[in-house]
Amino acid sequence: MDKTLNNKAWFLVLPVLVVVAFSAVIPLMTVVNYSVNDTFGNNDFFWAGLEWFEEAVTSDRIHAALGRQILFSAIILAIEVPLGIYIALNMPKQGFWSSLCLVLMALPLLIPFNVVGTIWQIFGRVDIGLLGHTLAALGLDYNYVRDPFAAWATIIVMDVWHWTSLVALLCYAGLQSIPNAFYQAARIDQASRWKVFRYIELPKMQGVLLIAVLLRFMDSFMIYTEPFVVTGGGPGNSTTFLSIDLVKQAVGQFDLGPAAAFSIMYFLVILLVSWVFYTVMTNLDKAEGQ
Amino acid sequence: MAQITLKNLAHSYVANPSGDKDYALKELNHVWQDGGAYALLGASGCGKTTLLNIISGLLRPSHGQVLFGDRDVTQAETAERNIAQVFQFPVVYDTMTVRDNLAFPLRNRGMEASYIKARVDQIAAMIGVEAMLDRKARGLTADAKQKISLGRGMVREDVNAILFDEPLTVIDPLMKWELRTQLKQLHREFRHTMIYVTHDQTEALTFADKVVVMHEGRVVQMGTPEELFETPAHTFVGYFIGSPGMNLLNAEVRGTKAIVNGAEVALGADYGMVSGRTQIGIRPDYAVLNAGSGLPFSVTRVEDVGRHRIVRGQAAGQPMNVILPEGTPVSAEMTHVTLTPDRINVYADDWRVQGGTA
Repeated sequence: MDKTLNNKAWFLVLPVLVVVAFSAVIPLMTVVNYSVNDTFGNNDFFWAGLEWFEEAVTSDRIHAALGRQILFSAIILAIEVPLGIYIALNMPKQGFWSSLCLVLMALPLLIPFNVVGTIWQIFGRVDIGLLGHTLAALGLDYNYVRDPFAAWATIIVMDVWHWTSLVALLCYAGLQSIPNAFYQAARIDQASRWKVFRYIELPKMQGVLLIAVLLRFMDSFMIYTEPFVVTGGGPGNSTTFLSIDLVKQAVGQFDLGPAAAFSIMYFLVILLVSWVFYTVMTNLDKAEGQ
Repeated sequence: MAQITLKNLAHSYVANPSGDKDYALKELNHVWQDGGAYALLGASGCGKTTLLNIISGLLRPSHGQVLFGDRDVTQAETAERNIAQVFQFPVVYDTMTVRDNLAFPLRNRGMEASYIKARVDQIAAMIGVEAMLDRKARGLTADAKQKISLGRGMVREDVNAILFDEPLTVIDPLMKWELRTQLKQLHREFRHTMIYVTHDQTEALTFADKVVVMHEGRVVQMGTPEELFETPAHTFVGYFIGSPGMNLLNAEVRGTKAIVNGAEVALGADYGMVSGRTQIGIRPDYAVLNAGSGLPFSVTRVEDVGRHRIVRGQAAGQPMNVILPEGTPVSAEMTHVTLTPDRINVYADDWRVQGGTA
C-alpha cells in the first residue's frame, strides 16, 4: 500500500514541539550559552570556549563536593536498601496491621522536603531539640553545627527516615506477588530461611529493587533542600554536596559561566548513570525471556 | 515409609465452628496403606487440598490426629514428616539451573554430592529434562516447569509419601497422558505411597489402585475404580463417576420391587422397607431400550459421542440417559426401557442401601 504523503500532518506535532521547546530545550540552551561565554552584566557576552569546563574539571572544590556526594549516595544506599528489604520482609501480609503499616510507612514520603529539613533542624538542636538535647543530656558531644561527623550523621539519619519507606513499599509490593505455593514448596524442600530469601524472595523483588536503587541514587545524588535547611552545607564545607555548591556559585557568587558548565556536566553524569541502569534492567528482562 | 492414619480428623478455617457447614473437612477416619497409589477425587472446593495440606503438615488440623506408622505427627513440622508434595501450579526456583532445582531438596538434607549427582541424572532421565539440565529454570514453558516440580517431588527416595495436588492442570493433554504413565511406572518401581488429588475422573481411575471420593468435606467412598462404578455408596459418586453419570429415579421400594410413578421395576435383591427419600440408581450402560417392556420412555435427544450414542429422554416422567451400543439403530419403536435388575442400586437420603438375598 502506498503511503499518502501529506506534509501538513507535521503541524499536528507543533504544539508538542512548542511545549518541549519552552519547557526544556530553550532553558537548557540558555545554560549552554552561559557555559561557553563570560558575561559581565548588561547582557554583554564574551566568548570563553571551553574555559569554564576546564576550570570545573580541574577544580579541587568541585572534586571535594563530588567526593562527598558519592560518599553520601553510597552510604544511604547501603543503609536504605537492606533496611527497606528487612522492613518489607517483616511487615504483616494482610489485615488491619498491614494497612496501618502501609499508612505509617507512607507518611514520611508525603512531607515536603524543606519541612523535613526544618523538622530535623529543630529536632537536632542542642538547646531546644528533643534529639539534640537528649543526646547532650546523656553526655554525648553531639552538635551538628560544630562537628562535621554529627552533621553527616544527622543528614544521613534524616534521609534514611525520609526515604527508606520508598524502598520498603516497593519491596513489599514485590513480595506480595509471590504465590503461597512457593513458600509451601520451600517448606516441603526443607529450605532454610536464608534460602527462601535467596532463591524465592530476592529473585521476585529484583525488578522493583532495581527501580528503588535507581530512584534513591538519582534523588540522593541531586539532594539539595534537606541538607541545606539543616546545615547550610557546613560546618565549613563538610556537607556541601554538588547541588549546594552549584547554587552557591550560581546564586551566591553570580558566576554564571562556571556554574553553567558545572550544571551541564552534573546533568550528563546523572543521565549517564540512569542510562546504565536502564540498560542493565532491560538486559535482565531479556535474559528472563530466553 | 509408613502407613498414614487419620484419626477423627476434622478441620475448620473458622475459629469457633458452630455447625457442620463451618467445617472444610468433616470428621473422618482413614488409613492410607504403605505403598498404595491413591487418588483423591472430588469437585473443586470439596476439601481435597485441605486434607492434603494436613497430611503434609502445611496446615494444622483443628481436630483429630495424623499418625505416620505409630507416631503421632499432628504437631510435627513439614520437614520432620519427610513428605514430598507437588502443587497445582509449577514452583521452580527461577535463578537456579534445572539441575540445582532437582538437587535442592537433597542438598538441604546434606546428602553426598556424588549421590546427588547420580540421583538427579536418574530423575532427569525419567522426566525427560536431561537436555536442559544446565540452563536456568527462568523462562521455561509451564510444561517444563511442572516437570521439574514433579522431579523435585520424586527426587528423594526415603519419603513417607508423595502428594500430588492436581499436578497436571497446566500440562497439555498428550503430555498429561505421558506423565501419568510415568508416575504409575515410578510407583511400581519405588513403591512410595502416592496420593493424587484431582477432579478429573479419568486421571483418578487410571492412576490409582484405590480412589477416595470426597463431597462437601466428607469422604463418601473409597474403593477400586470398579467398585465406584458398579456400587456407588453415595449418589454423588454415581453422578460424578461415569460419563454420563448414574441415572437416579425417585421411587418407592417394597422388598424386591421398586415403583416408579406407578410402574414396577424388579430389583436384584430384597430391600425390605426403605425409609427416607428413596431413589434407584442405574448406570446408562445397564439400561436397554425396547419396544414394549419395562418403564415407558420418550426420547428427547440423541448424542453421538463416537464409540457409542447417548440417548437422553424421560423414563416414567423422570430424566434418564441410556447408552446405545455401537451399531444399534435408534428407532421410533423404542418406547420402553428395561433396567438390569442386579445392576440397580437403591439409595435412601443419598446413601446406598445394602440389599438382602432375594
